[in-house]
Amino acid sequence: MSRINDVGGMVGFPAIVEEPDEPTFHADWEAHVLALNAALIRRGVYNLDEFRDAIERMEPATYLASSYYEKWFTAITTLLVEKGVATPEELAVPRDASGA
Amino acid sequence: MSGDHHGSSAISEQVRHVEALLEARGLVDEGELDRRIDEFLAGGSPANGARIAARAWVDPAFRDRLLADANAAIRELGLSMSGGLQEQRLKVVANTADEHNVVVCTLCSCYPIALLGPSPSWYKSEAYRSRVVRDPRGVLEEFGLELPPTTRISVWDASAESRYMVVPRRPEGTDGLSEEELAGLVTRKGLIGTAAV
Repeated sequence: MSRINDVGGMVGFPAIVEEPDEPTFHADWEAHVLALNAALIRRGVYNLDEFRDAIERMEPATYLASSYYEKWFTAITTLLVEKGVATPEELAVPRDASGA
Repeated sequence: MSGDHHGSSAISEQVRHVEALLEARGLVDEGELDRRIDEFLAGGSPANGARIAARAWVDPAFRDRLLADANAAIRELGLSMSGGLQEQRLKVVANTADEHNVVVCTLCSCYPIALLGPSPSWYKSEAYRSRVVRDPRGVLEEFGLELPPTTRISVWDASAESRYMVVPRRPEGTDGLSEEELAGLVTRKGLIGTAAV
């Protein structure tokens, strides 16, 4: 059975939007997500295929609502939990983050 | 860089938090991340693809070698597909009067990043990925590229191991241009196939 990432030929998506003079990253956090992923793969925490798989098995509604690098961040945190590096509680921003 | 993307400040805080956690556990360090970002930004560029296309226009023997084995042929220009996390196979396809080529990755965002730099957002969008395989002619028209009805369109779907690049048709009236000037005519969209050149 195909997963939500397998959109080739699917109908119902809107018009293609081109962004003139598009920057490589739209915010600093996007660059950090890219670098974090590369670092974790090079360190062997997970591999590239596991990373792709973690994106492709995202819950469909979340997948469709997420921007490109939001999908990457979801995959990174999914794998950090599954590989036993951190718990979901540890990965969540503390409620009172400002008072830390 | 602005926070114009939805929820940008919340996710920015989350990313910082996860990064700090991984630094505390010795899995990444800040200097390493900055280095990786700099490397990425200094990496591939559409100018590399433009050089390849211009060489193919002026040197038919190079064009033949490029279409037969792109990974080997681009090394002649000092370029390679091994700059990323893994070396990928590159297949180069050339537009002709009868056939136009366009590249997509329907499953995600596979693209020759090591060679051409990051892909544009529209290339990664579900809209492009879903529609270009069903109605390539209509999608190309939305990009302002109207092809004669007799021109056949081939859509190449990239994968984890295999990437594609298009050599556009050489524009008419460019006989007097140098190879470098010719390269200056080639755009990123031309190398993907959503523009004529």
